[in-house]
Amino acid sequence: MADFEIPVLNEIPVVPAPKPGATAHLKSFPAAKQHQEPLGYPGELVDNWQTKAIEVMGELLGKYRSLPVFLDSCVKCGSCADKCHYFLGTGDPKNMPVARQDLFRSVYRKHFTPAGKLLGDLVGAREMTRELLDDWYNYFHQCSQCRRCSVFCPYGIDTAEISMAAREIMDRIGLGQKYCNEIIGKVYSVGNNLGLPLKALNNTLEGLEEDIEEDTGHAIKFPVDVHGAEVLLVTPSADFFAEPHIDGLIGYGKVFHQAGISWTLSSKATEAANFAMFIGSYENMVKISRRIRDAAIELGVKRIVFGECGHAWRVAYSFLNTLAGPWDFLDPRYPVPQHICEFSNDLIKRGAVRLDKSANDHMTLTFHDSCNVARGSRMGNFEGGQLVIPRELIKASCGKFVDMHPDTIGEKSFCCGGGGGLLTDDLMELRVKGAQPRMEALKQVVQNDGVTHMASICAICKAQFTKVLPYYGMEMGMIVSVHQLVSNAILLGSND
Amino acid sequence: MSILFAVLFYAATIVLVAGLGLKVAQYVRVPAPLKIPTTPAPLTQGGAAFRVAREVVIFESLFKSNKWLWAMAVMFHFGLVLVLIRHVRYFIEPVPMVITLMQPFGIYGGLLMIAGLFMLLGRRLVLPRIRYITGPSDLLMLVLLIGIGGSGALMVNFVHTDIIGVKAFFLGLMTFNWQKLPADPLLYVHLALVAALMLVFPFSKLLHVPGIFFSPTRNQADDARERRHLAPWAAKYEANKTMP
Repeated sequence: MADFEIPVLNEIPVVPAPKPGATAHLKSFPAAKQHQEPLGYPGELVDNWQTKAIEVMGELLGKYRSLPVFLDSCVKCGSCADKCHYFLGTGDPKNMPVARQDLFRSVYRKHFTPAGKLLGDLVGAREMTRELLDDWYNYFHQCSQCRRCSVFCPYGIDTAEISMAAREIMDRIGLGQKYCNEIIGKVYSVGNNLGLPLKALNNTLEGLEEDIEEDTGHAIKFPVDVHGAEVLLVTPSADFFAEPHIDGLIGYGKVFHQAGISWTLSSKATEAANFAMFIGSYENMVKISRRIRDAAIELGVKRIVFGECGHAWRVAYSFLNTLAGPWDFLDPRYPVPQHICEFSNDLIKRGAVRLDKSANDHMTLTFHDSCNVARGSRMGNFEGGQLVIPRELIKASCGKFVDMHPDTIGEKSFCCGGGGGLLTDDLMELRVKGAQPRMEALKQVVQNDGVTHMASICAICKAQFTKVLPYYGMEMGMIVSVHQLVSNAILLGSND
Repeated sequence: MSILFAVLFYAATIVLVAGLGLKVAQYVRVPAPLKIPTTPAPLTQGGAAFRVAREVVIFESLFKSNKWLWAMAVMFHFGLVLVLIRHVRYFIEPVPMVITLMQPFGIYGGLLMIAGLFMLLGRRLVLPRIRYITGPSDLLMLVLLIGIGGSGALMVNFVHTDIIGVKAFFLGLMTFNWQKLPADPLLYVHLALVAALMLVFPFSKLLHVPGIFFSPTRNQADDARERRHLAPWAAKYEANKTMP
């Protein structure tokens, strides 16, 4: 099945001994000219790339406080060293967060600190050589920016910030990554990550409406560009056709229908994802986020709700107000934006939407906390709501729920292995190995508690698990959308 | 020798204060353009300040991470704090009652600190993944601290120095009324290493001391939806925004 060794799933997690170079060969495809230029980046590595890289590094050091603070503060204590799923799954020491940061830090020390200029090697300062640039490319594309390391760092150093800055520098010297940059280009040219044209989308949604009506006898609609609708739904484009994403989309539609809240998708914003975060580009993040503002203004909606997507929710929850706000023209009674889980859970708690758990009796669920939701955002009006609300929603839809080991959920959740712009086939070995800690925890509850399915609220997690579960001898169908459970359990029709 | 040490300590103090001042100024000047608290995070600024305080005082995240490492770090840092409190008496006259009462704890603190440092050093040499991330400067820093602690502990417990004379020297430095430093090789070693530590402080990983207070993943409140957060440099993107 694979031309690499599938990691063993242990009963008790084992921290591997460092195997230098274990993933040195894993290099995702670099961006070609046509992927670089639409984003405003040079088409190929520029001649004076060294000078340029240092120049951009200097610029970023003056724009992001996180960079100088994180680069100066690390004491190399190794608290993060055994926390990264890519290190745990591959053993490559450059996948230890501190060592990954050091690829960046060594150049910072050489060019921006007196100690590095004076003492060089002694304080870990290095020149930006071609060899180091290659390491940057490989290992900053072996970081899913999941922030798990930042939970355990005594100074809160977040490797995601460093890898975003590194990718921004590489983009600006002409060494971008194909996967991310091609996708952002598609958002600009077609409107969504998948390059799904509007016509195809409309056809899909019409087909979906017919199927659901046939199934349930209820005319659940998936409206596009309806002016004056109450809610604008922004959801990852994978929800329109991938499994199990689309089952979640059906769930959203049923909740809106049953609650009697008018809603619409926008042909201008057929994508919730914002891959510009992965490449650390503020400018592209603004550009992608503004589509949502434009759509909300054009359609005259009162609320914005985001579908199940991890990093999209981080950008939406944490950054949207900054990038595309203020949202004072929307209904002030609701937070902007809202997560579909907050939205549905609230309706269920108020009795506006009712569920029959027995519809999901054939499943025992566990929940995979997606990194960007768990560690980069919130839901509800209380600290930790992003961990509580999806679980409440699952438990309202399904009688049997078991959490995985506490060290692998909540703020300590392990990444699916495919986040942060790594969900590409050219990194399959990394994705499979990086999933090992999550698979280990899942296997445990499957064996001990009879868990049959794992729910998730992230398009990337869902796609990644569908792909990697079989490598570990588990069914790809184990992964479900949270709103798929809601969809199964929802009581359509009169609420009396 | 007295003149040499006087000059050294004036220079070290200037470098320490100015170096740290410049670093802090940089951290203050550079904005954090996006809300990036590691969540779940406190919803208020007061809550975030309390979170930073917990990191500073009880090393909360380190405790989550690794109990052994946490214990070693606590031994070293808490020991150091006790030692520093004990040292206050060499720099002020009269000595407050509380400092006098703390004296014996300072001695235990010194031993605790040295034990912690040796354990941290051993960990760096023994654990393969920690050895991988350890550079020469990381080892030198531990050796420097062990040198300071060791020479100090020797003077306290075995080879007593003329501590009255040392105090007179430092009070003299502070009031520009210079006095002779007692001639004692162990004291010279201790003071030279302390001055070295002060000199490297603003240029080394010791910047974690001011750094933790400026760490956006820790000091930001989780209120992104309630309050719009905009960095000055990002304001230029506001111009081309669609308005309702």
